[in-house]
Amino acid sequence: MGIGRSMRNCLTTIILCGLLSLSIEGSAGETLRLATTTSTYETGLLDHILPPFEKAHECKIHVISVGTGKAMQIARNGDVDVILVHARTAEEQFVANGHGVNRRDVMYNDFVILGPTGDPAGIAGTRDAKEALQRIASGKQTFVSRGDDSGTHKKEKQLWKMAALQPRGAWYLEAGQGMSATLRMADEKNGYVMVDRATYLFNRDRLRLKLVVEGDPVLFNPYGIIPVSPYRHPHVKYELSMALVGWVTSPTCQKMIGTYQREGTRLYHPSAGDREPQALSPKP
Amino acid sequence: MDYIWQGVRDSLRIIATLDPEFLATVLVSLKVAFLSTALATVTGVPFGMWIAEARFPGRRAVTTMLSTLMSLPTVVVGLMVYSFLSRRGPLGELGLLFTPTAMVIGQFILAFPIIAGLSVSSVVGLDKRIRATAESLGADRGQSFRMYLREARYGILAAVMAGFGRVFAEVGVSMMLGGNIRGYTRNITTAMALETSKGEFALGIALGVVLLSVALVVNILFGLFRERSQ
Repeated sequence: MGIGRSMRNCLTTIILCGLLSLSIEGSAGETLRLATTTSTYETGLLDHILPPFEKAHECKIHVISVGTGKAMQIARNGDVDVILVHARTAEEQFVANGHGVNRRDVMYNDFVILGPTGDPAGIAGTRDAKEALQRIASGKQTFVSRGDDSGTHKKEKQLWKMAALQPRGAWYLEAGQGMSATLRMADEKNGYVMVDRATYLFNRDRLRLKLVVEGDPVLFNPYGIIPVSPYRHPHVKYELSMALVGWVTSPTCQKMIGTYQREGTRLYHPSAGDREPQALSPKP
Repeated sequence: MDYIWQGVRDSLRIIATLDPEFLATVLVSLKVAFLSTALATVTGVPFGMWIAEARFPGRRAVTTMLSTLMSLPTVVVGLMVYSFLSRRGPLGELGLLFTPTAMVIGQFILAFPIIAGLSVSSVVGLDKRIRATAESLGADRGQSFRMYLREARYGILAAVMAGFGRVFAEVGVSMMLGGNIRGYTRNITTAMALETSKGEFALGIALGVVLLSVALVVNILFGLFRERSQ
């Protein structure tokens, strides 16, 4: 029967497609999902420290690179196994609410503020980040914000709060994009921008913006790793996540982080072995 | 201007040396787009042909709906499918978010209205006497179905190509549902978005060249097919 045959053909095709779709899921072997900030990914650090772990554990780490806020949201939904983020207060909240367990310090660097040559706000050389922001705001100088609830954005909001200001107006641009994209936007618009030092150093050669503010202790930027709680989300790969925590906090990997360089400059300082919360060291 | 030339030069090197990361990205794009187009074809073409011939109350609403959905924004599809596939969503158990399968589902939803909608128009445009003649010669439903398929083949092929073009070039669904995981869900368009945001143009340009070439090849094949069968 014609109709029977064409329906059978149809079904066969659908089944074939189903099989094909299984095959596109690709290689066997375990995978671990890591949601992380755009900075650690874009600076190439993860490509440096993850392969030895993948090899030792015969697994593949799927890195989803988004802002810290989004990474935590994805983790709260149970869509990843572990997160590597930088927003200490939000991280503690995340653990306190039972979404994550066994948070560990991994490393730190610091934030800096970049500005256009000529420095229209006149903040170059200031160490006080709060005062720098106040001068940018009072001069209505262009400032490009991440605007995406990332770790960098959270820190920026904290600084505005400290400066008792609510940034609003045509001079304050919310990019809603990753760190490198935001840097690029600030560069094109000749504006001020706050950035973690690693991403700055990584992009320095392609930027016209200059470093204007650094060294304020409030600009300290610590990174932590947190496995998603297996009590909240039973399907997560908790043991493999803990193995990853073990690896990134191990002396071997900590040394790899500490010696990771771009153009002769170290980007991150390992901190897993530190006893006390670290003080800011202004010049990495 | 220098950095653009530098980018073009580097992109040629990436293509010529078949850089593995570049290849993997192209492969993900091709696999996902072919699969979603194939699924939308086997469901959308028969559906479109049926709608074209069927007479039932609300048929007009269905065709209006199809043509509206043709311009469905990719981010809306991304958001919808994301909320279903997330672990908190109704299909969370399947663990499909951030996989190529999730991308296929999203792209299927994009391609289906295009392929079905354009199939409707290509069948509606046919001479009504074809079916009458076929049935008067004793053709059963399956036979007239195949007859229509033959007569409307250019229109239907164009529909499939339009569907493929849409999903191959889209970025919203792939980014939201795939998560841009390197070597797994990173395809041509999401890689280009990432590279541009990093200010690295070489890989972006190389991928753009592939995107255009695939479109060109598909169009040439279509032209050949048309010529040969005339």
